Order: sequence, then C-alpha cells, then structure tokens
Amino acid sequence: MKALYSLYPDQGAAQEAVDLLRVAGVSDRDIIIRSGEPLDDCELGQRDAGTWLPWITTAGGVVGLGVGTWLPRATAASWPILTGGIPAASWWPNLIIMFELTMLGAILATAAALIVSAGLITGSTAIHEPALAEGWILVGVMTSEPSARVENVLDPAGAGRIRTVN
Amino acid sequence: MIDDLLQPVLRTSWRFVVLILVLGAIVAAGAGAWLYQVYYGIGMAGIRWPVFWAFYVTNFVFWIGISHAGTLVSAILRLVNARWRRPVTRCAEAITVFALMIGALFPIIHLGRPWLFFWLVPYPSERMIWPNFQSPLVWDFFAINTYLTGSVLFLLLPLIPDFALLRDRTAGMRQKIYTALALGWRGTPKQWRRLESAMTIMAVVILPVAVSVHTIVSFDFSMAPVPMWHSTIFGPYFVAGAIFSGIAALILVMAALRKALHLQAFLLPLHFDNLGKLLLMMSLLWAYFVFAERLTTWYGNDPSELAVFWATQRGTYAPLYWTMVACNLVIPVCLLSISRLRTITGCAIASVSVLIGMWIERFLIIVPALGHKYLPYSWGTYRPQPVEVVITVSTFAAMVLLYALFSKIAPVISVWELRAGERTR
Repeated sequence: MKALYSLYPDQGAAQEAVDLLRVAGVSDRDIIIRSGEPLDDCELGQRDAGTWLPWITTAGGVVGLGVGTWLPRATAASWPILTGGIPAASWWPNLIIMFELTMLGAILATAAALIVSAGLITGSTAIHEPALAEGWILVGVMTSEPSARVENVLDPAGAGRIRTVN
Repeated sequence: MIDDLLQPVLRTSWRFVVLILVLGAIVAAGAGAWLYQVYYGIGMAGIRWPVFWAFYVTNFVFWIGISHAGTLVSAILRLVNARWRRPVTRCAEAITVFALMIGALFPIIHLGRPWLFFWLVPYPSERMIWPNFQSPLVWDFFAINTYLTGSVLFLLLPLIPDFALLRDRTAGMRQKIYTALALGWRGTPKQWRRLESAMTIMAVVILPVAVSVHTIVSFDFSMAPVPMWHSTIFGPYFVAGAIFSGIAALILVMAALRKALHLQAFLLPLHFDNLGKLLLMMSLLWAYFVFAERLTTWYGNDPSELAVFWATQRGTYAPLYWTMVACNLVIPVCLLSISRLRTITGCAIASVSVLIGMWIERFLIIVPALGHKYLPYSWGTYRPQPVEVVITVSTFAAMVLLYALFSKIAPVISVWELRAGERTR
C-alpha cells in the first residue's frame, strides 16, 4: 500500500482537494488528512466528530464510585474489631473517598479512551511530513497503484508537491 | 514562531548548565539535611510538644496551595474559552504537577520513620493495622493522588502533539525519545477532535477535584477541636488562599520564563495585566475571609480562641501577622489596583509579596493554634531548626530545578494551541 499526498497552505485549499477527490470517486476511508493544528474552520475537522468519550468518562466514574463505596466498607468489615453493634463504617467520611475515587475513575477512563479511540500507540506513523509543523495541511490517498487521476486532482489544488510514501 | 518556542528545548546554553548545577546543589543540601534528620531522629527538627506540626506541614499546605495555579486556572480558562489563555495554560499546568510532587513529599519528610511510609497507604488490613478511612490524613492520600494523576494527564495530553512536532524536528536518540512520547500522534482530524473533547472533559472533571483537594487539606485542621481551627469557613478559606497563591506563582513563573527564555513575543503585557487583575480580586477575597474569620472569633469571645487570636494580633506572632497582611493585602492592592503600576514588574513584585505572605499565613494557622491549646499548662513555643530551614529552602530550589528541566523536554508554551489561536484571531 502506498500513500500519495500533497500539501496545502490553508484549510480552504485542503477542503477543496478533499472535495475533488470525492468527486473522483475516492472514498472518505481512503483519504488521508494530517495537520499540525485542529481543523476547526472547515468540514474536514468535523470528520469523526461523534464520540463516546463523555459516556466512557461517566462509566469510569461509575466504576470509581463502586470501588470508593466498596473499599472503606469492605476494609472495615474484614477487620475483626468489636464495636458493640455500632457500625464500623461511616457514610459521611466515606463520601470523600467515594468522591475522589469517582473522579479518579473518570479521569483514567478519559485518558484511556482518548488513547484507544484516537488510535494512539497502535496507529501507523509511516508518513512523517515536517512541513505540517509549518502550518501545511496534508491531503492524500492510500492506494495500491498510484493513479494519474488522483495525481491530477491532488496537484492543481496543492502546492505542486506530490509525494509518495510506501 | 515555532523556532522561537522550540529553541529552549533544542539548544542548551552554559547559563542553563550553571543554573542546574546551583539548583542541584541546593536540592542535594536539602536531601542531606533530611538524611541527617532520618539518621539522628525527628528531634533534629524543632518539632516539640505541643507544636508537632510546624515548618513541614506549613510547606505541605503551601505547596498544595501553589498547585492550584495550574490546573484550576488552566481549566477555567479552557472552559470559558478565554483567547488569551493559550500561552498561559502549559506554564500553569506544569506548576501544578511540580508543586504537588513537592507538597506530597512533606508528609513523608515529617515522618519519624520514613521507611515505613507505606503504612500511610490505606490498603486492607493484612498488616494488622487499622486503615482509618475516617481520618482526614487518609482523605488527603486519596485527594492528592487523584489530583496528581489528573494534573499529570491534564499536562501530558496536550503535550502529545508538541512531542510529535519535536519528533519530526530532532534526530538520533532525542528523536527516539520523542517518538515514544508522541504515542504515534499523526495529526488526523479524528485525533484532534478526540484530544479537544478529552481536554474539555478533563477540565470539567479536574475543577471539582482541585476544589476538593484544598478543602480536604483544610479538613486536616478544621476536623480537630483546636482553637481557631474548628471552623466551617476553613474549606472555602483554604481554597481561596490556594488560588491566590497559585496565581501569584503563575505570574512569577511567567515573568521568569519570559526573561530567561526570551518569550517576550508570546507572554505579553496583556497576560500579566489580566492575571494581575485576578490576583487583585483574590487579594480582596482573601482579606474578606480573614476578616470574617477574625471577627467571628473576636465576637465569640471564647477564652481559648482569644488566646490564639491575641497572640497573633498583638502578641508573639504579631510581627508575622502584620507582615502577612502587608504582603497579602496592602502591597498587592497598591500595585495592582492602579493600572499604571500593573506592569510586568509590578505584577511580579506583587506576586513575590503574596507568596511570602501566604507562606506566613500557613505558618500562622498552624503554629500559634498548636502552641495555645485549651489549658495554659499545655502552651508552648516553636523554634525552627537549621535542618527545617535547609529543607524548606531546598524545596523552592527543587521547584525551579524541575521547571528548568521541564523547559528542556517540552516547549513551555503549547505550540499547536498558540498557532490555532493565531489563526482564529
């Protein structure tokens, strides 16, 4: 599989290139977009906008709450202390432990969900384009055979810098 | 722009090496003082009956307070989408992480047998020790660890794109390290969306944690029936004081970074002006809390509370008390309420004053109260010993050292956030 790409100076030009690629029959899944900053000003940045992240955070919080509820009570119950029938665990101070562990669960779940859902660690970094740091936006296509049609689409809208990466 | 921001990371001057050596020597002196205390016993510190909490707990509360600079200020500015926040947030978030790391050391430094520090960890009872979940010190353990975990992630997540930037601009071993730190960041729209969503969620989650941490630190005091500690105002009073000292630390760090790393084009007078106004507001809020606390104590006319009250107002601790008032109220208000004086230098001077004042405030909360408990037979005094002074000074050096080393690993201003801000301007 090869990547054929060109660099564009701004979000408008990159959006135009993507639109032309779509017209040329390239599916969204095969279009590669890379940038050195968020693309908030165009439709490109809205790709994959839907996310489960808030729900995963909530689920992490619920798990943390469960642990925070269980830990002080189970610890108190596991200790053979004689309290004369008085409860060994107390809700008021336990609320603090429950709150902190709820938040810890939510924080860890958010970080883990980001790493997994954004394809960090596992994703390929085959395309290293230092020009992204200068503000250029990369638009390309994953292809098994470099096609003149795709090159024609990428070239006129871009900076005239078509590159191929294996 | 990018070169200016990455220059401190990629180039090392001899001045930097000298700074690291000097700071490292001071930190080593602190470590040596601590080892001396461990070897000869906790009696080497000035901690004597009835004042068992002194410099170390003062430092603990002070540094936890400083940690509120970062995450809290950064999270609020992110959530309200303040445009001027972009050069400020990372400076602030780094303060939080380093201040928490230093603050969290003090419960261990304060232990007579620090090698048994794991006894503080409240895991179930196999060690035949009762882990008391009703103890505020155990609450501290959970609160500080949650806050530290959250703050580290809050700092690291937006660093990933900048690590990727450094990965693409370095070679050799450095590139390998940055490749690992960048976690395979490619800059796809999906990754940007997820990162921005995660940062918004983290900002929402971290805010109540930040408030809870200093409230729980205040519970270390207010849960105890000690004169002038057992007060319902302590939670918000401590949180306000923490934000106050945190903003002062942030201004000071920004002023130092601006000068040392030549960041004049990024850390503008506007940033100091805005933070100066925040500091002024917190100064007035702090004064309001002090007045409310003091008036209630005086009006209540309880003999045990008044003993502490008068010891600080006109007794042994009065010079410290009035220095605190001058540092936390008089100087900042004079400097920051007049726009002509609210310059970078003015803000930095006010911040130094506030940091001194807030350290004294922590000391005055702890020591006079412990020295004047209910029965006069148990009254006592406290004199700090050299070992405590050296350890205290070394923690300030440790803060600067950690920050200096951080500036060699990552840009202290978020490159991608700054660039996104430039575009939307």
